[in-house]
Amino acid sequence: MSSIQIELHENQVKELVEVCRSFNNDPIELINVLHKAQGIFGYLPAEVQEIVSRELNVPVAKVYGVVTFYSFFTMLPKGQNPISICLGTACYVRGAEKVLDEFKKKLKIAVGETTPDGKFSLNCLRCVGACGLAPVVMVGDRTFGRVSPDGVQQILDEYV
Amino acid sequence: MVTQKMNIMVCGGTGCKSSNSELIVTELRRELQENGLADEVQVVQTGCFGFCEKGPVVKILPDNTFYVTVTPEDAHEIIAEHIIKGRKVHRLLFKDPVTEEYINDSKGMNFYKKQLRIALRNCGFINPENIDEAIARDGYAALAKCLTEYTPAEVVDIIKKSGLRGRGGGGFPTGLKWEITAKVKADQKYVICNADEGDPGAFMDRSILEGDPHSVIEAMAINGYCTGSNKGLVYIRAEYPLAIERLKIAINQAHESGLLGKDILGTGFDFDIELRYGAGAFVCGEETALIHSMEGKRGEPTFKPPFPSEEGYLGKPSNVNNVETYANISPIILKGSDWFSSIGTEKSKGTKVFALAGNVNNVGLVEVPMGTTLREVIFEIGGGIRNGKKFKAVQTGGPSGGCLTVKHLDLPIDYDNLIASGSMMGSGGMIVVDEDTCMVSLAKFYLDFTVEESCGKCSPCRIGNKRMSEILETITKGKGTPEDLDRLRNLGEVIKDTSLCGLGQTSPNPVLSTMANFMNEYEAHVIDHKCPAGKCRDLMTYRIEAENCVGCTACARVCPVSAISGERKEVHTIDTSICIKCGACMEKCKFNAVFVS
Repeated sequence: MSSIQIELHENQVKELVEVCRSFNNDPIELINVLHKAQGIFGYLPAEVQEIVSRELNVPVAKVYGVVTFYSFFTMLPKGQNPISICLGTACYVRGAEKVLDEFKKKLKIAVGETTPDGKFSLNCLRCVGACGLAPVVMVGDRTFGRVSPDGVQQILDEYV
Repeated sequence: MVTQKMNIMVCGGTGCKSSNSELIVTELRRELQENGLADEVQVVQTGCFGFCEKGPVVKILPDNTFYVTVTPEDAHEIIAEHIIKGRKVHRLLFKDPVTEEYINDSKGMNFYKKQLRIALRNCGFINPENIDEAIARDGYAALAKCLTEYTPAEVVDIIKKSGLRGRGGGGFPTGLKWEITAKVKADQKYVICNADEGDPGAFMDRSILEGDPHSVIEAMAINGYCTGSNKGLVYIRAEYPLAIERLKIAINQAHESGLLGKDILGTGFDFDIELRYGAGAFVCGEETALIHSMEGKRGEPTFKPPFPSEEGYLGKPSNVNNVETYANISPIILKGSDWFSSIGTEKSKGTKVFALAGNVNNVGLVEVPMGTTLREVIFEIGGGIRNGKKFKAVQTGGPSGGCLTVKHLDLPIDYDNLIASGSMMGSGGMIVVDEDTCMVSLAKFYLDFTVEESCGKCSPCRIGNKRMSEILETITKGKGTPEDLDRLRNLGEVIKDTSLCGLGQTSPNPVLSTMANFMNEYEAHVIDHKCPAGKCRDLMTYRIEAENCVGCTACARVCPVSAISGERKEVHTIDTSICIKCGACMEKCKFNAVFVS
């Protein structure tokens, strides 16, 4: 799938194999296994998908099909501080797009990219359900509410 | 809950938790400890109160005092003043935006006055992580009643008579669905709860699971009893970690109390529940897609029939209902179908939870009887439009619903009225937009969502929506023609008629409904090449007002494309053919000389 071979840590691979076993290597559990796999590796590169394919005895094309179908799964590594801008409707009508533009401008990256130093990655998500706080920005597990374009630098400063 | 003199209820819903409500709990407990009151006053972290606008929310019982936008620093004052001295902390009370009065009792708030809470009955009243509190408020009483007093057919009959319809969007009669599943003969059946709330701006299912998970567990067990199934599955979004956590705790506690597992309440009925996680796909709210996703496949819908009630998860009959539907079951069993069917309109019974959001003053969860008007919800409960702006439209039914306008404000909300006006109930998202919103851009926003979320299986949805989005892109860029509007409408009708599943069949709704209600805005875009709301960047022109310009050159220096020319101390001009409309000049100008039109 990818031309660059990524080296996976041996203990991480072991952990993944264990996860598959804990689900009885049942193909029905593919999505649950991928959730755990992304928890272990942070993302799902081709190499990880190949292991899952082998362990669950599912064609790798099927694994790839599932990984690319669901937006929660990613084949690209995220930054140390993954930034997600909520583009749910409530956030949109309260100006989330302008906040997103500001993040793009400040970080000089596009949506789906990671900064060259690996510190930040930028993504959009659809509704975290905190619509009372719109527009909402998440950095890792932390939620920032009522973010304005002017407040973007302040959020970034917390992580520099 | 009875031994304590007072209870301090702190909202622990996702919204309030994001604004540090956990620290408020810690601080309140610490203050109580220091004052030797820890045994007399209990601090409870509840589910969502619904009044998310002014979170974090803290409510003191028994006097119903409702404190809003509380910070951890306020804990000291709440304990010292309210709990010890019995004086309310005035500055934290809710101030009515219209009358400017401070309101002492939450029952006096317009936000709650018109609401009737059935599905949300326990949200904000109990500690969702303590099964005893749920039981104290009639939790599992309906299950016990069903198992000991009614036959499965009698329970189905009660649900049928109540008139309850599916709250996930389709509005299919719940009792009928249960009956169909019950009648199919199979060695294994499944009870599935659809908690894949993918509709952006709707968060009622999450709030029910966070605030009252037992109501869903109980109803699933009742469904198992009716349909002859011993296995329940909850398909829940992975993006809802708190709801997952609370549901897991609730399932464990129900097990420990003998309310799940083998031989429930000694009646010989077995029932168990497992969780399955979604992975972020809107289409998985469609029941056949949801089932495929649970089987570890891509969440692509398949043609119905066969319905899941006949052939569902792993090919076995499966009853799929959404969270809010299940949350209505126990009260119907306990209070009777006549009580439930006395609420609402002729064809839509009971209540509906709406997630009110957007440019409205009181964002939050609102549960009202069917038949309540949009005006009551938006202006009385919602407190009107933010910042004194004018109401323009309300989008109901999420990304595949429609935009309703001023003329629909007195429409009683129910399934059929909404469909007749070109929108739909959906899962209950209600996004209010003000006069500054460009309806063409809003329609495009929704359509882009469906383009992204289309599973790609059938061509009308996969290709058609993409083409519609491209036409809208052209229009918002100022390059549209009147013929584009005909194309949009035709394409929309075809996609509605020919798509495979509910997602495609409803995806053109935002475009078609905005075209029906705001045609003048579309025409302004394609004929005059103007955006009346001033939102479409490509349709704006920047100019410098000669009278105000002092020739400081600030704008010319900041312009990234050198579109501004002029000598120092002389009036500057913008070359609109070069201008990229970034607005940098306007931001920089200290003399208000740059205008946009």
